[in-house]
Amino acid sequence: MSASSWAWLVLLLPLLGSVSVALSFRAVPARVAGAVGTAAVGIAFLCAVAALLSLLGEDADSRHHASTLWTYAEAGGLEIDLGIYVDQLSVFMMLVVTGVSTLIHLYSFGYMKSDEGYHRFFSYLNFFVFSMLLLVLAGNFVLLIVGWAFVGFASYALISFWYRRTTATGAGMKAFVINVVGDIGLVLAAFLIVRELGSFDYETVFAKAPEVFSQGEWTITAICLLLLVGAFAKSAQIPFHTWLPDAMEGPTPVSSLIHAATMVTAGVYLIARTNVLFYLAPTAADIAAFVGLGTLLIAGTIAIAQTDLKRAIAYSTMSQIGYMIMGVSIGAYSAGLFHLMTHATFKALLFMTAGSIISAMANRQDIDRMSGFWRAMRFTSIMFVIGGLALAAFPLTSGFFSKDSILSFAEARGGIYAWMAVGGYVGAFLTALYTFRLIFRVLPGRPCEEAQHLIDTGELYHGPPINPATEEEEDTDVGFPGAHHHIAEQSWPMAVAMAVLSFGALFAGLVQVPGVTNVLFGFLEPAFHDSPLAEIHPSVAAEWRGLAIGAVISIVGIALSWLLWVARPELPGLFRERLRPVYLLCLNKWYFDEAIDLLIVRPALAIGRFANDVFERLVVDGIVDGTKGAVGGAGGIVRVVQSGFVRGYALLLIAGFAGLALYFLVVSQ
Amino acid sequence: MSIEWYIVLSSLLFATGAIGILLRRSPIVILLCLELMLNAGNLALVAFSRMVGNEEGQVFALVVMVVAACEVVVGLGLIVAIFRRKLPLDVDELTELRG
Amino acid sequence: MEAVLFFAAAIGALGGAIGVVAMRNPFYSVLALIVHLFSLAVLFLLLSSAFIAAAQVVVYAGAVMVLYVFVVAYVGSGDESAWEPLPGQRLLAPLLGAALFVELAIAVLASSLLALGSDGPEVEAGFGDPAAIGYLLLEKFLVPFEASSILLLLAAVGAIVLAGRRREGGRA
Repeated sequence: MSASSWAWLVLLLPLLGSVSVALSFRAVPARVAGAVGTAAVGIAFLCAVAALLSLLGEDADSRHHASTLWTYAEAGGLEIDLGIYVDQLSVFMMLVVTGVSTLIHLYSFGYMKSDEGYHRFFSYLNFFVFSMLLLVLAGNFVLLIVGWAFVGFASYALISFWYRRTTATGAGMKAFVINVVGDIGLVLAAFLIVRELGSFDYETVFAKAPEVFSQGEWTITAICLLLLVGAFAKSAQIPFHTWLPDAMEGPTPVSSLIHAATMVTAGVYLIARTNVLFYLAPTAADIAAFVGLGTLLIAGTIAIAQTDLKRAIAYSTMSQIGYMIMGVSIGAYSAGLFHLMTHATFKALLFMTAGSIISAMANRQDIDRMSGFWRAMRFTSIMFVIGGLALAAFPLTSGFFSKDSILSFAEARGGIYAWMAVGGYVGAFLTALYTFRLIFRVLPGRPCEEAQHLIDTGELYHGPPINPATEEEEDTDVGFPGAHHHIAEQSWPMAVAMAVLSFGALFAGLVQVPGVTNVLFGFLEPAFHDSPLAEIHPSVAAEWRGLAIGAVISIVGIALSWLLWVARPELPGLFRERLRPVYLLCLNKWYFDEAIDLLIVRPALAIGRFANDVFERLVVDGIVDGTKGAVGGAGGIVRVVQSGFVRGYALLLIAGFAGLALYFLVVSQ
Repeated sequence: MSIEWYIVLSSLLFATGAIGILLRRSPIVILLCLELMLNAGNLALVAFSRMVGNEEGQVFALVVMVVAACEVVVGLGLIVAIFRRKLPLDVDELTELRG
Repeated sequence: MEAVLFFAAAIGALGGAIGVVAMRNPFYSVLALIVHLFSLAVLFLLLSSAFIAAAQVVVYAGAVMVLYVFVVAYVGSGDESAWEPLPGQRLLAPLLGAALFVELAIAVLASSLLALGSDGPEVEAGFGDPAAIGYLLLEKFLVPFEASSILLLLAAVGAIVLAGRRREGGRA
């Protein structure tokens, strides 16, 4: 079977899984639904592997196929197909998405076990995987937009999964609205593309673009800027990032799949896929790189001040995606994708461990209340440390190699980009700092009440069901998380998933050790051969120098973190006092939410209020009531004639007859 | 007598009937005035028939008579029904059909 | 001779008409109408329409007027009140009637129909005979003939429905 056929199968299986779980939810017990959902994605992963093998069987230059199943519309010279494009990039994304999804499905199998909405969860999750695969496999811009929109919907459905919680539904709506803003950008870009280049199809567009546009023309820059709007909204880059921390209202597997490993990487994929267009619009590419750098640094500073465990990890995600965006914008396509892959493994792992710890804390997420889990949950703690090491780019972990591949490319490109590399190293220092802040706050020390309960009784602490954000009491009905929780030590699916990911977090980087192995770049690079930027290769020596700098930064960061939160725990308090404005800025997320509220939300509401009070009441109601009054008035006047007196009617009749006769007499003279 | 005398007489009778309808208030008398007008029409028809020379006008007049008879029957039936319900037999009092 | 008969009949017709309009008592109006109808029958005879004249007397003056007499006898003759609820009616009615007559008269007298000023063409002896009318009714005007018979049926049924007594001895 060809790679395209395998790809169609990969696309079909999660959709089937979603639909079958949804339709059978009353008839089938929960465990079966979970198994079906996991199996659907698992088999899809195997098909993706088969697609990879099939692709590897061809020679490197012809590893790209477009396959069309069906033509939607063909009118006015425009053709829109249900078509996929299978090349190294899409196969790579397919593998990452299906691989991580399978593990997260397995994790959810255990984590969501006692949730009332188990079937709904797996149906939505499978639908999400289908949408993400549609997005990465799409062969034309229309299908890309379809996948993009579906992913946004799946994200909304899963964030507000516990739909009785007002905080959750509010967060879902916020995510959806910001995503729609991105969708608008993407759709406008598609309009411009079809107007200038006459087609939606990837192969046609990327072949024609260099012929139609010269570098730096404003049309292509506009197209790329609009694509960036879409990419930033989906990947939570500033200023479209405010939805991501609130999206942590969703269940932890959702956070780990959608908001760490897959959906938020869609923007990175988009820029990598349309690299031909971005090469023609260097201004847009530079803007993207600066936004990535800015997000990287700002999110890092915010993460240091956060006290909610999941939100801190969310800001970390935002920061790492900033790295990826920066990477693919400056031309380090393979490096950016390498970091995407490793980030998927260790970030998913981190969220999974966070889920385990939150379960032990009876659904509380505040790190101020957590301590001493090293003794209470050994396995989870080890996983946490492994994930943290990879995130902090500790030497020889996967994050170490991937992060530095981006930064050494930036250095090699030179000029302003070398300064971006410096910013990247600063960000790496911040990453190490905040990651190990979390680890050193939660794991060592005297066990907190919940941890002690676990140590003493071997059972989870049972608190009243509350909303972790607002601390208000909740029900245990459907639509709420319920009273039962699961940790990795007691649930084998969770443990297995975490173990596999930890393996990836530790060793996935070894596929691309500079000068030693070149598995990944060798595979991916032919996909980007159209772009001259991909020609830039840092020398092996430069790469090892970068790795050395990275190692030093990482170790220094971890050491400083040890100092601040283990050895001398009174120091952070002092810093908070001395640098209070800075601390408040970081704690309040640089006031982005407040700014958006002031600049956009309030004017919009004011316009709505004006429309209702003035326009609706005066103009619209005025017209309607005025017409009503006019008709009624006219009727009232005419009504006088209907007096009810027969003789009156007869008078009018005869008067009319006389008048008519007079008229005819006069006319006939 | 030339035909125009008959036609002018017919129009005079017609106008008289019209005045009667407009002035009288008893429904019976109004119906009688209606008869006047119909007969005036019949006179005109027969006169024209004589003027033209064939009897078609007279057949028309015959049918008019039939119609008048039917109308009288129904009208008088209405008057009887009104009288039975003890309503005043005065068209100025029977004014419920109004806007 | 013919002129004398014409004027006599005309005066009778006009007198009857004015009597219908002017008399206070409806019964007298009915009698005035009967006079009017007889005068019209004479006028029809003057116009050589024998059958119509006969029909006028038998059907109209005979059957229809008898109906009127019965109803007036049943209903009684109420006097009409003097007060006029419709403003201007008493003034406008004669005015409009007069205007109507004047216009129609002008229309007739000033028209260019040549035969109007004459006695009409010479007609043979059977003009206006029942036979002639009969032929027309059954040949050329069969459909109107049948239609008018259906109309008569409808009217009879309608009258019974309208004036029939209710079961419980009549409703108020």
